[in-house]
Amino acid sequence: MEPLIAVAIGILFAAAVYMMLRRSIVKLVIGLMLISNAANLLIFATAGMVRGAPPLVPEGLSAPVGPVADPLPQALVLTAIVIAFGVLSFAVVLVRRAWEIVGADDLDKMRDTDT
Amino acid sequence: MTPQIALPILIPLLSGTLSLLFWRSRSMQRFIAVAGTAGLLLTGLWLLATVQRDGIQVMHMGSWTAPFGISLVADLLGAIMVVLTGIIGLAVALFSLATVGRGHEAYGYFPLMHLLLAGVAGAFLTGDIFNLYVWFEVMLVASFALLILGSEKAQMEGAIKYVTLNLVSSVTFLVAVGLLYGMVGTLNMADIARRLATLEDDGMVDVLAMMFMVAFGIKAAAFPLFFWLPASYHTPPVAVSALFAGLLTKVGVYALYRVFTLIFHHSPGYTHEILLWGAGLTMLSGVLGAAAQFEFRRILSFHIVSQIGYMILGLALFTPLAIIGGVFYIIHHIIVKTNLFLVSGIVHRLRGTYQLASLGGFYRSHPWLAVLFLIPALSLAGMPPLSGFFAKFIVIRAGIEAEAYGVTFIALLVGLLTLYSMIKIWAEVFWKAAPEEELEAVPAVEPRAMWLMSATVAGLALCTLFIGLNAGPIYALAEASAGQLLAPERYIEAVLGSGIEPGTAGEGTP
Repeated sequence: MEPLIAVAIGILFAAAVYMMLRRSIVKLVIGLMLISNAANLLIFATAGMVRGAPPLVPEGLSAPVGPVADPLPQALVLTAIVIAFGVLSFAVVLVRRAWEIVGADDLDKMRDTDT
Repeated sequence: MTPQIALPILIPLLSGTLSLLFWRSRSMQRFIAVAGTAGLLLTGLWLLATVQRDGIQVMHMGSWTAPFGISLVADLLGAIMVVLTGIIGLAVALFSLATVGRGHEAYGYFPLMHLLLAGVAGAFLTGDIFNLYVWFEVMLVASFALLILGSEKAQMEGAIKYVTLNLVSSVTFLVAVGLLYGMVGTLNMADIARRLATLEDDGMVDVLAMMFMVAFGIKAAAFPLFFWLPASYHTPPVAVSALFAGLLTKVGVYALYRVFTLIFHHSPGYTHEILLWGAGLTMLSGVLGAAAQFEFRRILSFHIVSQIGYMILGLALFTPLAIIGGVFYIIHHIIVKTNLFLVSGIVHRLRGTYQLASLGGFYRSHPWLAVLFLIPALSLAGMPPLSGFFAKFIVIRAGIEAEAYGVTFIALLVGLLTLYSMIKIWAEVFWKAAPEEELEAVPAVEPRAMWLMSATVAGLALCTLFIGLNAGPIYALAEASAGQLLAPERYIEAVLGSGIEPGTAGEGTP
């Protein structure tokens, strides 16, 4: 299972970088979305892919029996998803406002502040 | 119980919430802005005094013991940074009263400022690497919103670059945290440091170190990842610029100091060598960028980049003296840089432009402002007896002692070029006669607002003079802080308690 997920994460990162390198700011935002999802999936994968083994301690014992999934990365991913959601909604609004004010969705036309 | 560890985070959060509750009351929001930042400064001083007296302070959130819960840790560097956050917060709050204006205040300027300060203070005090990510995001979201308040064209263009590069940095940071967790199975920084020391797999550790370096390097605006800074810092209202210039990049520098002294200090021949050349190129590219600029705030923005180089140089040399120099440099730089941005704000308020060509004659019309500019400007360039001289002197002395002559030469050269930039501003804004061209009429400045702006700038200038004339005690403080940074076992012991064997930490406890 892990190699498959690893390849999927790699493809997501590649797609994200490709989108972010394009000139349109809408595609830039799509790239940002993909890259944050790739990062989330990567953290999820660090927990190890274990099926049907919740980290619960049976009654009377002090440790769970057999290999269990690590719950902490799932909590991290939840936090990261919420943060990414907030930040990306801001980015979407920013791109819309920028398009309204600058009148272009081309990054090459937004160079007034560069030089 | 030591509430002063959590208070620097709670006070800005609370004052931010309070100012949201008083959304319609302008006077109440302004009062909370000053009271909240003053409270932050006072608790910061309290924390610093406690840490100086009793050593590293630790607080476990919700009483979950160290490797499991989130710990707040205040060592000397963290406490010093919190005090500086308080000083800058208070100065910017006072300056905002006179300059920000109703339009921005009605859209939540003050609540956002408090939120930003909470994020910055949280990043300085947390002892948990994922929690550090969360505070970074708190700080970033607030800064995004502050950056585009006003919705001018330049702000939008700057904001797109700022947002994109900072999000890339956050993602890199997040991925690095995930991989680090996969390797060591813990998020507590002290615990990570202890377990990494026992790991065999050096190659992966170096890869992780580089990922953290890239992530924090973008935040700190180090070469070659600084392009977002000069593209965006000159666009928002000047109080926002000053706040960003003083604090945001320094959070990145602080994170570099924390991570590369506590966690990744095992192969300095590899990681710190890269930092060293990064520092040299950061200094050089920043100062050369500034030389080509003729807009007040853009010159200052490029100088942030070049000064970041000195701070990273202190870390990269990784000798006790160099770390002392780095900490001293951070203390000096935060105050001086904010002050210069505030001076540019006064000039803009009086004449309505930041273009050097359209300014002039300020020495004749406002001689006191010229003096207030000269103090931070000469300090930035490193003139004795101001604070910048001692900061540069320590770093360069450390460079010579470590026999890193190439980078030391760059540091000296950059000091000279900084002086050139400051003289350029002095000659154009203050010395030459005011140009004949007609500028847009600027509304007259109320005497009270003028008094408030000048008092803020004068206060920060006094801080610079104080550091310069009192270099001994400040040096001792930086020395103690460097001692803590170079002895990570003290940090680890303070957080985890002594006598815990690796791998058996807290078995049987929640």
